[in-house]
Amino acid sequence: MISLEALKNEVQNWLQLHVGSTMALIAESVLLGILVIALFAVLGLLLVFMERKVSAVMQIRLGPNRVGPKGWLQTSADTLKLMLKEGLTPDGADKFLFNLAPFIIMIAAMLIMVPVAFARNFQIWDINIGVLYISSVASISVIAILMAGWSSNNKYSLLGAMRSGAQIISYELSAGIAVITMIILTGSLSVNDIIASQENGWWIFKGHIPAIIAFVIFMIAVTAETNRAPFDLAEAESELTAGFHTEYSGMKFALFFLAEYINIFIVCAVAAILFFGGWMPFHIGHWQAFNHIMDYIPSSIWFFGKTFFLIGLIMWFRWTFPRLRIDQLLNLEWKYLLPISLLNMLLMTIVAILKWYL
Amino acid sequence: MGTIALLILTIAAIVFSAGGILASKIFTKGSFNLQKGQPYECGIPATGTPWSQFHIGYYLYAIVFLLFEVELVFMYPWAVVVQKIGFPALIEMFFFIIILFPGFLYAHKKGALKWM
Repeated sequence: MISLEALKNEVQNWLQLHVGSTMALIAESVLLGILVIALFAVLGLLLVFMERKVSAVMQIRLGPNRVGPKGWLQTSADTLKLMLKEGLTPDGADKFLFNLAPFIIMIAAMLIMVPVAFARNFQIWDINIGVLYISSVASISVIAILMAGWSSNNKYSLLGAMRSGAQIISYELSAGIAVITMIILTGSLSVNDIIASQENGWWIFKGHIPAIIAFVIFMIAVTAETNRAPFDLAEAESELTAGFHTEYSGMKFALFFLAEYINIFIVCAVAAILFFGGWMPFHIGHWQAFNHIMDYIPSSIWFFGKTFFLIGLIMWFRWTFPRLRIDQLLNLEWKYLLPISLLNMLLMTIVAILKWYL
Repeated sequence: MGTIALLILTIAAIVFSAGGILASKIFTKGSFNLQKGQPYECGIPATGTPWSQFHIGYYLYAIVFLLFEVELVFMYPWAVVVQKIGFPALIEMFFFIIILFPGFLYAHKKGALKWM
């Protein structure tokens, strides 16, 4: 059976045999860099195309259908167009910070990839504090957003960045507490251990009502954290032009756009890992035969299937709910989600201590 | 891979972004125009500087956020071991939240969480 794990081992063995161990490490590093860049490019193109097609389906229209078969090459053409645009820096902008911000947002987006497990035994680095690492690196991107908004010398940008800052730091709390709620069950921060603990059923089914509440809170919070509608106040196009990246054009704008979609992918991957077992196939307790049949579907397909299902959910939100006002947004977090998630966490602790989840 | 993965990914991100920006610099031909560098403001010439006062609310939210973020950091190690320790850990966390929550209630009472 072809799997990413077998492929990885094959490449590793070949390198160990044919070149020295030092050269093998260097070759692996270069390969890793190329693979991650390729993943970024493909994900960016795919997710933008998916968003446009999903929005077309929601609004009963066709969507992009001219470039390539069924419009598949539309996003590549868009990228080419963005590459041919001149990158402007407005007068009076803080040039250093203005040019630094796209780099920081890309570095943050790429570093979050480290502990994400794409398939069985296919992971860049299994950090023992994986989930904590993800939430800490994810909060770096708010610095890049504030930097971009502040340095643009534009009122819309500054306003968008400030809103985005307030929104991201607020919703980080309930996202963090929802993550902690699941860690109480798994007893480990490592992504591999979290997935291994779901071998006889995913947490969303095993964890009773607290797990479902945590899942709902987590999805709301990450929708807000990635600045997606209905929480897209930071770049509300009808009031703030484009928010913090109003002044960006050409490739720098493309980098912000790409990082935004990569962040959506990553938060959905984290949700899939915490609640739906990452690459773990759908298992039911002691149904050995059923579990064996499920194991025949490759683990990478399970992971990407779950992640893209959640991405589809977030895209569905965008075309369903109207945008919130900033005070409604902050009220929702501080007066409803935060107390509920704290209470939910205590509830989950009781469930975990009494071992009701087995 | 180990720690080296972090280094590789940082380099990959820098190469990717710098490559894109450089490529677009090579392919494009810039033009000169006096009004080109103006910050966008609905088409009319921009007035004043954006770096001025803005709403105090953002600052207050950031302070209340700090209160809870510190709490969150303490919760991570607690969450890992709570199943092994059992009910004493739950009671301790209960007291921890009871001590911290009055700070939140105070901010709420003072109107820090109200958008004006």
